[in-house]
Amino acid sequence: MSAAIQECVIISGKGGTGKTSVTASFAVLAAGRAVLADCDVDAADLHLVLTPKMITKADFKSGNEAVIRSEACTGCGTCVELCRFEAIRCVRRPDGKTRCEVDPIACEGCGVCVRFCPGKAVDFPERLCGEWMFSETRCGPMVHARLSTAAENSGKLVATVRQEARRVAEERGLPLIITDGPPGIGCPVIASVSGADRVLVVTEPTVSGEHDLERVLKLARHFVIPAFVCINKWDINPEMTERIEQTARKMGATVAGRIRYDRAVTSAQRAEQAVVEIDAPSAEDVRAVWRQMGFE
Amino acid sequence: MGTGRNRMIIAVASGKGGTGKTTVAANLARVRGDVTLLDCDVEEPNVHLFISGEPQGEPEVVSLLVPEVDESRCDGCAACSNFCAFKALAVLDKRVLVFAEMCHGCGGCARVCPQGAIREVPKRVGVVETMGAGGVTVVQGRLDVGVAMAPPLVRAVKAHIPKTGDAILDAPPGTSCPVVATLRETDFVVLVTEPTPFGLNDLKLAVEVVRELGLPFGVVVNRADSSDDRVTTYCREASIPILAEIPDDRRVAEAYSRGELMVDALPEYRPLFEQLYTDIVRLLQNPLIAGVARASCPCFMGGTPMPRGALQGPHC
Amino acid sequence: MKIAFSTSGNDLNAPLDTRFGRAAKFLVYDTETQAFTLVDNTQNMSAAQGAGIQAAQNVAAAGAQAVVSGHCGPKAFRMLSTANIKVYTSNAATVAEALSQFQAGALTELTAANVDGHWA
Repeated sequence: MSAAIQECVIISGKGGTGKTSVTASFAVLAAGRAVLADCDVDAADLHLVLTPKMITKADFKSGNEAVIRSEACTGCGTCVELCRFEAIRCVRRPDGKTRCEVDPIACEGCGVCVRFCPGKAVDFPERLCGEWMFSETRCGPMVHARLSTAAENSGKLVATVRQEARRVAEERGLPLIITDGPPGIGCPVIASVSGADRVLVVTEPTVSGEHDLERVLKLARHFVIPAFVCINKWDINPEMTERIEQTARKMGATVAGRIRYDRAVTSAQRAEQAVVEIDAPSAEDVRAVWRQMGFE
Repeated sequence: MGTGRNRMIIAVASGKGGTGKTTVAANLARVRGDVTLLDCDVEEPNVHLFISGEPQGEPEVVSLLVPEVDESRCDGCAACSNFCAFKALAVLDKRVLVFAEMCHGCGGCARVCPQGAIREVPKRVGVVETMGAGGVTVVQGRLDVGVAMAPPLVRAVKAHIPKTGDAILDAPPGTSCPVVATLRETDFVVLVTEPTPFGLNDLKLAVEVVRELGLPFGVVVNRADSSDDRVTTYCREASIPILAEIPDDRRVAEAYSRGELMVDALPEYRPLFEQLYTDIVRLLQNPLIAGVARASCPCFMGGTPMPRGALQGPHC
Repeated sequence: MKIAFSTSGNDLNAPLDTRFGRAAKFLVYDTETQAFTLVDNTQNMSAAQGAGIQAAQNVAAAGAQAVVSGHCGPKAFRMLSTANIKVYTSNAATVAEALSQFQAGALTELTAANVDGHWA
């Protein structure tokens, strides 16, 4: 791992605060010096602005899932009794025989039914949980992913995306990695920030934004990562903005700026452009945040 | 599953956070009045920021069964740690260490232990709190910090769905396990989205989930304006009913920022939510749509969905 | 005694990795012979969970009596203390620098995990 590569992760706590719009602008402002990583694998959106051209794609597998071989099942129901996740049911077939079936969405992959099936009728294949892609964009190389519906372990997919992004940065000698992080404060977020060089929290001056900000900043502090905060749509509630900025400073974060409420943000999105690529009033605000974070 | 019209369970979900899911759930509950509002977003419960009420009784502690090793019986054979798919047990120097935070509570280790040295003990994962707010009963789950096991807590919240009377569920954002745990066995799903490319992309992901679960659903477009019809076009082409459009009104954003309910701060929006409720009820009474949710097929008796295509199967 | 350093490189001049569970490898230095061996840990870098536990098992199997790293999560710490392996934290840039800090007695022993679990 080269110490020279700087990784900046953009997170938000609560979703929908403008995290991806800021990330897309940063990708443009980095002017070809960065690898882009979309770690919001549950609801990836960065590709909608950066319109990547896919170069390679790989399956993402994690854990296992139980699959009952119908022809070997005697319908004894042992698995149904043992499953703690209500993932197996016995179904009466038209031929009058009872057979057990696993609901793949409810199965957590513990393997209890596999081990204790008296007829050894349960297979335990690896579970396909999504895919990850390497692409080229107008702003540079991009690594992104898609988690399958109802799949678990997005933390591991996030780790995979970051690892690939770092590999690409090393290979091409690029000094920056700009990462669109997942929302929330759970496992995937932890996976996206651990070992990063700085995090930017994009928040809104709302009660929910304030509520989640503290938890996110605690996380950054735990991992000893310098944290920056910017308030999006700050002017919808200037008092709350002040209060959030005070909280941020108290918690050791740097206030990197304010972004005004601007409908042009949505117009940019519709035009598949980053905010800084169009003549939007808030574009200057985003540039100021970029400068505050010391990228220029 | 509820039969007839004595109870209706509506879930409000979205492909990603910040689209107005909680706003729709909470305002819908407020205009409906006599209803139970369940916050299933146990990692970030936010409903209480908008509808607060008096706590009703003590919080209910929710636990998961995790292993406890009797060291006097354990011979360090590692059968348990070899079995555990979640790495919740490890053996070092013939000693077993339990990492309860990794445990899914499957009970497999206790079964495989040849010495009978493992028993299962409850470990707290969070609480379920009930509050009374006017006619609305708010039930929220709150996962303990550092706990990653949301589905058991979601199931505990859902155990508070009343036997009679309507329930509104605020689902977690996204399309992962806790979302599926929330949506299962509901009667109708309201998907909230925005008329933007991001909104459309995330809506499509959410539609995949509800279709896979075989649930009837409709869409509410939040922050609607006239400049983008991609979401409406998609819904029309995919035969998805648009239930309501909440205009892009800066006053709504401002009220939200202060933690005020839209129908309280801006009463002119009351009829919109009243109409939304009426429309959902009407849709559910439509035998064609209701048939998707509660076909008389025995495979729905358990409330669990069948694999795709199963509805056409010979057993139906 | 044998000391395990978390690192991404192959020799004493390699950078010290601040992560324990998700370090690419461990450089295990023997203070008696002044020689070192490398223990691969890459299978853990993208492990879904339990990286710290597996890394601790790797370090214990290599016979290390001490670990020098940046952070150590609660699970790894419990594993290491069970195996009587002492944990020291260092902010040194390289393994060599961390080794001289260790030999000078400049490193303090961790008595509890110093980061949150999961992904440390």
